[in-house]
Amino acid sequence: MAVNPDRLKLPQFDARRIRRDFPALAQKIHGHQLVYLDNAATTQKPNPVIDALTDYYRSYNANVHRGVHTLSELATERYEAARHNLAQFIGASQPEEIIFLRGATEAINLVAASWGLANIGAGDEILLTELEHHSNIVPWQLLAERVGARVVVAPIDQQGNVAPETFSRALSERTRLVGIAQVSNALGTVNPITEMIRSAHAAGARVLIDGAQAVGHMPVDVRELDCDFYALSGHKMYAPMGIGALYAKKDLLERMPPWQGGGDMIRAVNFTRSLYADPPQRFEAGTPNVAGAIGLAAAIAYLKTLGMEAVATHEKILLDYALERLVMVPGLRLIGTPRKRAGVISFWVEGLHPHDLGTLLDHAGVAIRTGHHCAMPVMDHFQVPATARASFGVYNTQEDVHALIAALNQAREVFGG
Amino acid sequence: MMDTDLASLYRDIIIDHNKSPRNFRELPPPREEAEGYNPLCGDRLTIYLHMDGERIREVSFQGSGCAISVASASLMTEALNGKTRSEAEAMIRKIRALLTGDEQGPDPATLDKLGALAGVRAYPSRVKCATLAWHTLHTALEGMHRSDTE
Repeated sequence: MAVNPDRLKLPQFDARRIRRDFPALAQKIHGHQLVYLDNAATTQKPNPVIDALTDYYRSYNANVHRGVHTLSELATERYEAARHNLAQFIGASQPEEIIFLRGATEAINLVAASWGLANIGAGDEILLTELEHHSNIVPWQLLAERVGARVVVAPIDQQGNVAPETFSRALSERTRLVGIAQVSNALGTVNPITEMIRSAHAAGARVLIDGAQAVGHMPVDVRELDCDFYALSGHKMYAPMGIGALYAKKDLLERMPPWQGGGDMIRAVNFTRSLYADPPQRFEAGTPNVAGAIGLAAAIAYLKTLGMEAVATHEKILLDYALERLVMVPGLRLIGTPRKRAGVISFWVEGLHPHDLGTLLDHAGVAIRTGHHCAMPVMDHFQVPATARASFGVYNTQEDVHALIAALNQAREVFGG
Repeated sequence: MMDTDLASLYRDIIIDHNKSPRNFRELPPPREEAEGYNPLCGDRLTIYLHMDGERIREVSFQGSGCAISVASASLMTEALNGKTRSEAEAMIRKIRALLTGDEQGPDPATLDKLGALAGVRAYPSRVKCATLAWHTLHTALEGMHRSDTE
């Protein structure tokens, strides 16, 4: 598909300028300028995020929700402001619907351990799609084994789409929860989650959206989506590692039992019985990742200056540009050709195992991911042991795509392709 | 085209053995066999052995993997035909020491073609690719059937 040249001239989005905000991108790898195309694994961090972390540790490191001293009050204020910012960024109706956690994996585990254990029983069904990341499969298998429930899978078609009809057919009156990735980390498929959520609700099921690959790449509005749970990871949206969040509708959170016990999640403790705090504190036992939450707020502020619509447009243009050129590389086969795709491309080059490709590209300064991408069922579906994957972020440019193509052609030469 | 680091990993002999692996076939039963699997990258090899008492009459392999794991398996089968069990075990220990950069490890120059595997030492994430065939051979010699690198 041709790229409209007018759209490339969007004055407000200058990836080359944005690139300069990310100090890690300025380095050379094996003598070549780094071309970072492993954004689906983790994104690089812009200066404002790095500065927010240093500023916190240099000037107001203190525990939150405890002290009355100045630093503790400041840390608490910034931590809670971060909750407010994230709630607003993803369209939650109030900050209390945001639980700060380590990442999307922990968020899904929380839902399984708290809501799941209280609401899913013997004979009930948990419906997942075939393209889920292991983090949206294994917690449900663990729960299902424990309570005698069943994990049901909505299959993908040959292109890597979950057909709406197939999905609807997999719903039953026993379906209690549906877990869906908004964007597949392995194929880039953007699932039609609005429709899927609607049909799941019509069948009486709750819906968890794994948004790890979506937030930071496109506008997200949880209220408009009407999902019950939304899991996200900060490090995939330019924020530090070790911070992420769960969004859950307030009425659900209020009725959910704690999943971890400790300080900060109680109202009162004695040895007969403890009284639990209201959400979100009920689900944040122990000292939280305060610096991480503040870094996440800085990442959100950064993304807002770019504008999420503009970010999504930039990555879409780059994706189409890359797809158009990649298919011209001799022997290259795309793994997954979904109808609607975000900035993730999986591929295989004839005669070149992804692991060799990863090493060869690294020597040209091009960082991609190779392997099964924690989505072994997707690999099985396409009958490949692994794929090479390029994924885009706000700082990637057409030059990065050129560097990828040049490195691919060089790799083919090395292997006598 | 390649920088020197890369050229030491992907030596011509590695590229050649990846493109045309030697002894790449299944041996008919009765045989010893073991499957090796690297869950990290999905490399999967099966090693087949025909033994004459303590001596390896024939060794072959099949499977799929990256150039390093395929070439390593191919070179291994070439080097071990006709060796005794204890010679093979000694070679397995030697190659492991070579690949893990053990200071006590052998000088690659003394290893003939297998010395080509030494380039892997500079790539920690690729060492398991090179050792897979050797782990699996060890498993087959022990009369076991499966070997995971994890």
